[in-house]
Amino acid sequence: MTEPKAPEWPLWEVFIRGQHGASHRHVGSLHAPDAEMAIKHARDVYTRRKEGVSIWVVPTTAIAASNPDMKGPLYDPSDSKPYRHPTFFDIPKEIGTM
Amino acid sequence: MTTELFEYLLRLGDNSLVLGHRLSEWCGKSPILEEDIAISNTALDFIGQTQLWLGLAATVEGQGRSADDLAMLRDVWDFRNLLLVEQPNGNFGETIMRQYLFDAWHVLLLDGLTRSHHQEISAIAQKVVKEVRYHIERSRDLVIRLGDGTPVSHEKMQIALDRLWPYVREMFDVDPVEHTLIEQGLIPDTSTLRAAFDAEVLKTFATATLTLPSSNFAHLGGKSGKRHSEHLGHLLTQMQWLQRAYPGATW
Repeated sequence: MTEPKAPEWPLWEVFIRGQHGASHRHVGSLHAPDAEMAIKHARDVYTRRKEGVSIWVVPTTAIAASNPDMKGPLYDPSDSKPYRHPTFFDIPKEIGTM
Repeated sequence: MTTELFEYLLRLGDNSLVLGHRLSEWCGKSPILEEDIAISNTALDFIGQTQLWLGLAATVEGQGRSADDLAMLRDVWDFRNLLLVEQPNGNFGETIMRQYLFDAWHVLLLDGLTRSHHQEISAIAQKVVKEVRYHIERSRDLVIRLGDGTPVSHEKMQIALDRLWPYVREMFDVDPVEHTLIEQGLIPDTSTLRAAFDAEVLKTFATATLTLPSSNFAHLGGKSGKRHSEHLGHLLTQMQWLQRAYPGATW
């Protein structure tokens, strides 16, 4: 007889902002019983080498994802439309890099 | 004064070394992966602190010994750590309780050491106190979660507190070594930190639904080196065997 396994802690997605002004980027996921502990765990798992200045955690179940089967209809139509890239515009020198 | 200062720096370094080693014993064996990483991080923080304190101790001693020599080539009777930190890990709750009791004292001590008249001591304390503020955030949180958790976790935490509380008083026991350094303004008087410590832990234990043991009995003799528990010797055989078996080995 094996004892019934305790339910696993919920999964959280972790986002780290590398430096002020930059946006938060997804870095991975981890288990934690609640948001507070998820942030603590994220600090220990993902920011040991000074990777970040800010942490977001989001319950994985709160993320809605696009359907991989819809890849064709969703993304293929933009294949033949290079004019949608802004590279065709001449940027005046005084503007500098954008 | 040099003798007392060396002695005191050994206490600081040995606390970090022994507790760091104890925590490293959890590596790969913690209840869950995330805690395993967190506890190993904490262990590494302590080993880093050890290098600073024992490094300064070696300089103060001036006998040509290094921090590594002090860590790996002294025997039980030369160690000056608190009895609390050499206690075995026990279950995860016991480890967390030991950590919390140490952290609650450690953060107050380091805060005092930042104001030391000794420049290096003050500089090390300023660097280390930041790590330690995070340590207590974590250990306090876990004591509350486990104490005020399930009936099983509550019972384990109460047993841990009952078992470890008698090791608290040694942290606040001021002996002649410390008296000398307090008078010179090199270290804070730990006995004056007791009120702040009690306020911290009483609040936490109330939230964690844990009861403070009523007995005032205390184990002493770790930091003076007079009476270590049998556990320290076993820990050192694990920690030091490589340098003992292959003297001078490096990698």
